[in-house]
Amino acid sequence: MLLKKRTLTLGAMLGISALALSGCSASNEVKDVTLTVATVNNGNMVDMESLKGEFEKANPGIKVNFQVMEEGDLRSAVTADVANAAGQFDIVTIGAYEVPQWGANGWLTDLTPDLQDAAYDVEDILPPVRSALSVDGKQYAVPFYGESSILMYNKEILDAAGVTISNNPTWQEVAEAAKAVKTDETAGICLRGKPGWGDLFAPLTTVVQTFGGAWYDMNWDAQVNSPAFTEAVTFYKDLLDEAGEANPVDYSFNECMNALKEGKVAMWYDASVAASFLEADDSPVKGKLAYAHAPVVKTKESGWLWSWNLAVPANTQHKDAAVKFIKWATSKEYHNLVGNKLGWSKVPPGARISTYEIPEYKEAAKAYAPITLEVMNAVNPVQPGVNPQPWTGIQYVAIPEFQEVGNQVAQLVADAIAGRKTVKEALDEGQKIAQTAGDAHK
Amino acid sequence: MMAAKTASVPAVKHKTEQRKVRLSRALILPALIFGIVLTQIPFLVTIYFSTLNWNLLKPTEVKFAWFDNYLAVFEKGDLLPATISTVAITSLSVIFSVILGLLLAVLLDRKFRGQAFARTLLITPFLLMPAAASLIWKYSMFDSNVGILSWLLSTFGLPPIEWTTDMPFVVVVIMLTWQYTPFMMLILLAGLQSQSKEVLEASSVDGAGAWRTFQWITLPHLRQYVEISVLLGTIMLLQVFDPIAIITKGTGGTKTLSYLLYERAFVGLNVGEAAAYGVVTVALTIIVATIALRNLFKVFMDGGER
Repeated sequence: MLLKKRTLTLGAMLGISALALSGCSASNEVKDVTLTVATVNNGNMVDMESLKGEFEKANPGIKVNFQVMEEGDLRSAVTADVANAAGQFDIVTIGAYEVPQWGANGWLTDLTPDLQDAAYDVEDILPPVRSALSVDGKQYAVPFYGESSILMYNKEILDAAGVTISNNPTWQEVAEAAKAVKTDETAGICLRGKPGWGDLFAPLTTVVQTFGGAWYDMNWDAQVNSPAFTEAVTFYKDLLDEAGEANPVDYSFNECMNALKEGKVAMWYDASVAASFLEADDSPVKGKLAYAHAPVVKTKESGWLWSWNLAVPANTQHKDAAVKFIKWATSKEYHNLVGNKLGWSKVPPGARISTYEIPEYKEAAKAYAPITLEVMNAVNPVQPGVNPQPWTGIQYVAIPEFQEVGNQVAQLVADAIAGRKTVKEALDEGQKIAQTAGDAHK
Repeated sequence: MMAAKTASVPAVKHKTEQRKVRLSRALILPALIFGIVLTQIPFLVTIYFSTLNWNLLKPTEVKFAWFDNYLAVFEKGDLLPATISTVAITSLSVIFSVILGLLLAVLLDRKFRGQAFARTLLITPFLLMPAAASLIWKYSMFDSNVGILSWLLSTFGLPPIEWTTDMPFVVVVIMLTWQYTPFMMLILLAGLQSQSKEVLEASSVDGAGAWRTFQWITLPHLRQYVEISVLLGTIMLLQVFDPIAIITKGTGGTKTLSYLLYERAFVGLNVGEAAAYGVVTVALTIIVATIALRNLFKVFMDGGER
């Protein structure tokens, strides 16, 4: 009897809350709102979840629910949800690759008017990051954290071998150093080899660009088997063969980070955000590392530009509450909160200029904060390579087809790294795949 | 009066039987409708999707495209390699797991202390979720730094093998064999235990050794069980996805039909083309399954006659 009653009440409550949810957008009355946030399982986002109580305390009536996923799962779940206007998420975490495309599709709420208040200080956001999130002067997302790519190396290992690296090294210099320091236990350099446009091809595309190559020319003709692209991929493969980690196809960001932490590799070229983990208190290599700009060949800078951003899908029922939350999570106030509660080295980097002026942060992140800011201000997402390109973005091509093109070519390059194909065979096949996608944009 | 009564008895009986039939049909109907809705409507929707030019990332360009997607499926040249990979991975894994399963079943088919315990332990790999099993193999077995296989090789003084890079195909086959051996073992064990003791006794009285008994009595008896396990294993392994998505990412001849489909649908977000791949895959699977099921029923019907 009791059970039955309870079920009835529960049913009634569900019914009422459904009514409340559907009526929410229509009425102006403030009701309890639950925001669903889709986010990626990176450290900074997990910190955000642990601090959501502060937001709920300051904004009674708003509850925040986190759905934390792996990057790949997040991307497909969020894309399917937003593209179909399913409305499962009120706030989504999306990369710099998606924001301009989705904004242009009308899938995201235009945040420009909501960001004008002085307290939020939108001008404080790093200009290259902000420009990558805007289409025709409308800003569709706010950066949660941003990153470039840098060269990280273990000073102790390099010193022991008598090798030095300049602040702006060339790839030839890095390759020589990697070969010089490698031993049976320690590989010279860790580079991503896991197939995937966001895995292998994030660093490899920057290498291609600084070698003078590109995915497409200004007419959207694919350049995948051009001499410069081939030279870059051959260089990458040879470097992996001669001085890279064992079993490279297994390695991406996390695997390389562990290898560097355990002293299994001497150098690592990857996302600048890694530095904050490598310099954390629990890291065995804390204080033993040094950092340099991304290695170059023909360009002045070769770092990539990436940001994880918070955006509000256009079809959300709780737009006002959602905007309130994303402004809170990307505010100066939030950065102070993270610093005071969780430690200053955990402040989300690469989003706001003012972060780099906080004395406590400068002290906590002195090993890598200056170089991160320097590189992020120096990279040019409009023309990262030697030649002009018809899209904005560095380590990716901002067209919907690129995920699939990048993935397939990455699988071919992985075959080349393993020696099942030659680089030329792999890139000739890749050229065809890339050309089909390019033809759609002519 | 009498005559009328005798005439009506079969009629009444017929009526009640008819009512019974109607009732049972009515009772089955909801389940039948549910079954049809659950299985056939999604398939029809998939067929409809496969005629659309529909990429999730281009919502303004959705339009009817007749058979363009099917043309793309056959023209892009991914279908044949994927079919070959699927067939190669499935058949090798099935063959190896049947052989290993037979060995384990023979070992288990005797009385010893802790037999039930040993059997449970041996079944465990099959009970594990495929994704979890793939993760275990990726990190604790195949890892080139800390993997158990590398450690094993190093105890023999051999250099570690770069599993994922150099032999992704072998990785997938090893993992699937490990996972499906218990399944084969269970079926074959049931077969071994259904052998008639008299025949075995007679053969030993006639002076046949263990190997001869196995070769001439047990193996022919097991034939139908081997057939069933091969067929069921093939049907299940045709859909293999987890170890490929988690360990090899489709490199080195491991891009099976289901992984290819996943790439089109969730990486390319090309719903139309993915649906077309789905329909083609279903057609291929139906062909395999029809042949397989026909044989399966033959095994059941013939029983011990062979």
